[in-house]
Amino acid sequence: MSDPLLTVLVLAGISYAFKSAGPLLLGGDSDLPAWVDRLALLLPAPLLAALVANSTFIEDRAWNIDARVVGLIVAALALWRKLPFVIVVLLAAVATALTRQLVGG
Amino acid sequence: MSDSPTATAEDRAVRNRILRQAGSISLAVSPFAAAFGIICAEAGFELIEAIGFSALVFGGSAQFASATVLADGGAVAAAVTAGALLNLRSLAFGVVMAPALRGPIWWRALVSQLMIDESTAVGSGQTELRWQRYGYLAGGLGVFVLWNISTILGYTVLGSAGDLVTTYGIDATIPASFIALLWPKIHDPQQRILMVLGAGIAILGAPFLPAGVPIVASALAVLVFRPWRSE
Repeated sequence: MSDPLLTVLVLAGISYAFKSAGPLLLGGDSDLPAWVDRLALLLPAPLLAALVANSTFIEDRAWNIDARVVGLIVAALALWRKLPFVIVVLLAAVATALTRQLVGG
Repeated sequence: MSDSPTATAEDRAVRNRILRQAGSISLAVSPFAAAFGIICAEAGFELIEAIGFSALVFGGSAQFASATVLADGGAVAAAVTAGALLNLRSLAFGVVMAPALRGPIWWRALVSQLMIDESTAVGSGQTELRWQRYGYLAGGLGVFVLWNISTILGYTVLGSAGDLVTTYGIDATIPASFIALLWPKIHDPQQRILMVLGAGIAILGAPFLPAGVPIVASALAVLVFRPWRSE
């Protein structure tokens, strides 16, 4: 079995256990242990930030600065200006492409 | 979800409002799913594996994390761990939505697959339980359908474009999508500290740790806030 397929199956099983625990096990008036709540609140920020950093500054497990950095800065500016998701993503792509045209990064 | 014979004009108004919410949120996530399809194609996954992520795992950021780890050459264990940590929040969503999703066990088992950010957002945004249920189903089904269609489009149309991915900056859509997901949290000082630590761990760890491990290790940032202590 390929790595992606194995990952899909195992991760789908774990994810489904998380998703269904509430509806299947709770009558609707119980609470989760407080530490689960706190973890669910704290975990997304560092993980998503790690993904941003990984997909911008790392290439083949080495530090790397290229045109993607410009795309990320433009995306951040667009988000700061409260532009919609689609526009944010498009602007990041255009900025990165233009940077590559101009400086060959 | 069906029309009861006693459906009033007010009911129809509420239902239309919920359907509009569900529709716009489903459209809004589509580019993200297309970006996911591109990652899968770039990483050399089969189309069926990309669809497997989008239909079976069905959890935006978890799919991205997991596929990114594999694309970087990471181990299955690291890919699963990164995805599972990001999906932990659906446990909390399930607790929030459980009262609105009562019914036979087969039905609860079925609709649980739709437990994602968007379905919970549309559902929990309603006041009455029956509309929470309606909103959850409308948001969940809408996103599920468009998410999978967009994954396939991203994989087949854009992913096969080869060099075009870098020429047109399509690779930059991935960090842009992540930072867009992250943005709503940026106003909270505690969340900002977590972001800086998480990014720092990922960057500093990359040359020294096996692929994918730095992303999983970024979760250690939460230890700064001692999540085990009771408040």
